[in-house]
Amino acid sequence: MHIRRSPEEIAANRARYEEHQRKGLEFAPKALPGKSPLPAPTLAADSIIHREVIPGGWYWWTAVKKNETLRISLESGYASLALVAWNSADTSERINLPDTVKLQWTTGLGKGRVIFSDMGRVMFSIVEDSSGAHDCLMGGSTAASVKEKHGRDGARNTRDNFVIAATKLGLDKRDIPAALSLFAPVRVDADGRFFWNADLLTGADYVELRAEMDMVVAFSNCPHPLDPNPDSMPAAVTVTRIAAVEPSSDDLCRTATAEAMRGFENNAFAAL
Amino acid sequence: MTNFIQTSPSRTITNAVQDHYIPAEAPFSTVIRKGQIVRIEDSFGQQAIDTLFYNAADFSERYSNQDTMRVQGAAYISTGTKIMSSEGRVMLRMTADSCGRHDTSAGACSCESNTVRFGHGTKYLHACRDNFVIEVSKHGMSKRDVPPNINFFMNVPISPDATMTIVDGISAPGDYVELKAEMDVLMVISNCPQINNPCNGFDPTPIRVLVWDDEA
Repeated sequence: MHIRRSPEEIAANRARYEEHQRKGLEFAPKALPGKSPLPAPTLAADSIIHREVIPGGWYWWTAVKKNETLRISLESGYASLALVAWNSADTSERINLPDTVKLQWTTGLGKGRVIFSDMGRVMFSIVEDSSGAHDCLMGGSTAASVKEKHGRDGARNTRDNFVIAATKLGLDKRDIPAALSLFAPVRVDADGRFFWNADLLTGADYVELRAEMDMVVAFSNCPHPLDPNPDSMPAAVTVTRIAAVEPSSDDLCRTATAEAMRGFENNAFAAL
Repeated sequence: MTNFIQTSPSRTITNAVQDHYIPAEAPFSTVIRKGQIVRIEDSFGQQAIDTLFYNAADFSERYSNQDTMRVQGAAYISTGTKIMSSEGRVMLRMTADSCGRHDTSAGACSCESNTVRFGHGTKYLHACRDNFVIEVSKHGMSKRDVPPNINFFMNVPISPDATMTIVDGISAPGDYVELKAEMDVLMVISNCPQINNPCNGFDPTPIRVLVWDDEA
């Protein structure tokens, strides 16, 4: 026999949820600064650890240490870039987009937001972002999506790129989490259908992701399945790894929302 | 509790080949053979049922929420949805849905994410990811094998401006979904124990799973 909870217990939990919901939906977005201006500021030469230009169709990965920043920039024309990440110390902890969107009450990431792992910890802070045009839902291309779009087999695609990257890292396809697509302005209409909101892009956008733990990050530069451009070979994307800087105590991403603050408390506890 | 609604004259509550009562908050798994039809019933209403599928012959092929959303070009799941695998193959098709809206963007609750969402005081509450880990471990898998799942009967509207929130479920007692298997699949369920948001009406309840043979 199943025993129901009492009306008092239910009412107390509902009241607390509605308080979280109100703050998450109404207060948090107002606390965020909007888009980073373009062009991106020039980086000091001695702050650059490495710069990689990922050709259209290709994958790349890099280690990144806590407090280092990855600048991902479109310096030779428009492209979208898919991203997955694992905790270096325990690769079973990885980027988790369902938690990222659910915990922040939005599928729209932008400056001031964070990206969570599956363990309630922050992996990245989005410290700069000129577009706010990223896809947390649909992911990257696959062999099937490329064939549907371009009518042929064999074109490079994000799924296969991540299978290769994961395997070379000693992982395998079971370890590939749902992928974040940067510079892919996917939104959901009132009926639940996806659409491509190209107005959000400038073609020269950039985003800076500060690492909040030591990670391995893999990228795939293939056209997003919804990208209306029929060309199957996108422009190259530049990833610049920038030396670590300790964030200030009033750092935007660490203080913008109650959820981010609790996530960083989990990071701090895990680092003890 | 159960108000059984027939979707085919030949499928009755007595000729099901599997009939499972799943207690509130519990994990569950079973194999559904190609051609069989599985019904997942929200017996009391407003109960999120977190669900994953694996190819029964090769668990490395598993449910992919991103492939499923991409193939249908839409975020929510209902009748006609092809449940897609990580290898781009159709695992099951949803053939009936008395509720009309199911989520596959918001994932499963966990002790860890609960601390972020609802405060550190909610850490020691049972959660779906613990259910999933317990259940997939019975089949030789681990946490790395738990991808983003389907949340049957969970109502998570996403606005055109990208805001997203979990609101009261719209399922009534006895509401069901039915899926026809296109390959042999291992189905893994967490009957969601969450009491901090409306996905279960703040009151988790038992569910029922029925399986019929093809043409039944």
